[in-house]
Amino acid sequence: MRSYVPAYELRAPQSLEAALELLEREPDVWRPLAGGTDLMVLFEAGKLTHRKFLSIWKLSELKGVEVTPEHVTLGALTTYTQVQAHAVLQREFPLLCQAARETGGIATQNRGTLAGNIVNGSPAADSPPALLVYDAQIELVSARGSRWVPYQGFHTGYKTMVLRPEEIIRRIRLPRTKQGWRQYYRKVGTRKAQAISKVCFAGSAQMQHNTIRDIRMALGSVAPIVLRCARTEAALRSQKVSAGAFAAAKEVLAQEITPIDDMRSTAAYRLRVAQNLLEEFLLQLQNNGGDESHRGLAAAES
Amino acid sequence: MPDRVNKAEITCTVNGETLSLKAYPMARLLDVLRQELRLTGTKEGCGEGECGACSVWIDGEIANSCLVPVLQVAGSEIKTIEGIATGEQLHAVQEAFISCGGAQCGICTPGMVMAAVNLLERTPHPSETEIRMGLAGNLCRCTGYMKIFEAVVRACQATGVKA
Repeated sequence: MRSYVPAYELRAPQSLEAALELLEREPDVWRPLAGGTDLMVLFEAGKLTHRKFLSIWKLSELKGVEVTPEHVTLGALTTYTQVQAHAVLQREFPLLCQAARETGGIATQNRGTLAGNIVNGSPAADSPPALLVYDAQIELVSARGSRWVPYQGFHTGYKTMVLRPEEIIRRIRLPRTKQGWRQYYRKVGTRKAQAISKVCFAGSAQMQHNTIRDIRMALGSVAPIVLRCARTEAALRSQKVSAGAFAAAKEVLAQEITPIDDMRSTAAYRLRVAQNLLEEFLLQLQNNGGDESHRGLAAAES
Repeated sequence: MPDRVNKAEITCTVNGETLSLKAYPMARLLDVLRQELRLTGTKEGCGEGECGACSVWIDGEIANSCLVPVLQVAGSEIKTIEGIATGEQLHAVQEAFISCGGAQCGICTPGMVMAAVNLLERTPHPSETEIRMGLAGNLCRCTGYMKIFEAVVRACQATGVKA
């Protein structure tokens, strides 16, 4: 049943400081609301857990993209549209741009934010696999100060996270250390646009001739959280790309992910697709150790 | 009956006219447009940001008005389907929808037009792929999409569509 609109409070503090003060004073009472692409869906369905919301949508302190020699730092409210339009992100973080392009339609991309995608905590979210592959760090801020945490480990279980009720995400920082890595992203859903993924795969590898020197892999919709597959990575690190290495890695992946049956797909289908996407990623590494132009495999600028 | 919060006073510009209104802060922009301002051209389809029937522009960007609490448009400029024509003179996209048969039941049409005109403002010479991407957030259950796609192609023909 839809929510009774007059019962819901929404305030728009004029500064980040004012928003954090309110969160500090009444933690767990107020919940931040940014572009509304997730919370307003729950609102219409009568499934919101909170009654009081803080609109942070217009807070300039949470906007903008800053580029330094070491990092690209994105404000929490960076939208999918802004991600796609940013030249440095296009060049060095193509997986994030592709994830942004495949999230919803343009209307959703104009309103959906990276931090919103993170704190919504969906295991099917599109941008978190890319953020994990890029070793993102997240700045959490409260009235008492701020702290940086690695994104890996941020989600502690289904819809649970290390974010405290009085904190919000201020910035997301991507280290510029993956230039020259081979990159792969593929989202498998019911249709190309507007679909939520059945399985989503982001991978990146540093190749030396035919050997995987280093590798990152993260999958969506195969576990209670978007999962960095560290065990599968370990099975591939320092390996030559070969049929034997593929088979072994697919076995490890099958042990590492815990897909379920739900309204969008089945556990068996998700397992098969996850393994197939891993194979496609590895095959492209094999076929194109040094070829930057191979179709389907985006290459970061070296 | 649960407690009621206070209504907020919101000033914004709608189709070029600056106005003040009182509304519950979490009221959906869609409902305020349709019920308070009687701008019923904007339609509700799914109510969950999937179908694009409620598309409007907020500060020049296309948005699903079913997902926007009205407090968030304070100080913003909104354009609805009622603001696309110039007086009696329809926009080229609207003319093309008529001549190509791009509308049947009409529920998706305002959102389709808002998305198409927005695309042409951002990308005056779109490729066919860009047209498809520009309309990807708008669902239609009647036309099979091709007539809508053709209407947008026709609307750009004056300047030419890239292959």
